[in-house]
Amino acid sequence: MSDIKKFMFVNRKAPYGTIYALESLEVVLITAAFDQDVSLAFLDDGVYQLKKGQQTKGIETKNFSPTYRALEDYDVEKLYVDKESMEERGLSEDDLLVPVNVLSRAEMGALMDQQDIVLSF
Amino acid sequence: MLHIVNKAPLTNSALENCLNIAASGEILLIEDAVYAATAGNAFEAKLREAMGRIKVYVLQPDLEARGMGDRLIAGVATVDYDGFVNLTISNNTCQSWL
Repeated sequence: MSDIKKFMFVNRKAPYGTIYALESLEVVLITAAFDQDVSLAFLDDGVYQLKKGQQTKGIETKNFSPTYRALEDYDVEKLYVDKESMEERGLSEDDLLVPVNVLSRAEMGALMDQQDIVLSF
Repeated sequence: MLHIVNKAPLTNSALENCLNIAASGEILLIEDAVYAATAGNAFEAKLREAMGRIKVYVLQPDLEARGMGDRLIAGVATVDYDGFVNLTISNNTCQSWL
């Protein structure tokens, strides 16, 4: 592929309360199918998307959290979590579904600056 | 009266605005507002302070959907959908902090 661009998906919403988290995942998978350089950033309430133990039977909604574990099968392996956002929510890396890179706010901002395309969810 | 909040506490001011107004009565946290009642979150102290004057409930299915079923702050009560309906009946009025 001659024209690989750096895509970052910025996830800032909690799952289920709005459709953003699910829609982001859909577009991530599409982008990965085109062999692009894909990064996912989780900040603010977006960190909640990665919380282990989601059980959605009671709200009769699809539990899409297992999809985050499948991302590596699509060669989407750059997952970044904002450290401050995680800690403000009483969470640690052990609470998350998948291995992530934990970044400071400064590091996250710098990474965002390096992208060719930023998609906001 | 019953106050109903459905927004997460750290990215939306709805719950804080509600707590500023509500002097007594009951609050039901649903949807993304259930995160306010999870241990260790940065809004915990404000919720605990409010619990001295207001009875706080969370909707259990929304807590479980978000993987937070085992993180509830002590003293917060859980309700199911029937319990939600009962709260709206037992209170004369409801305010939804949309």
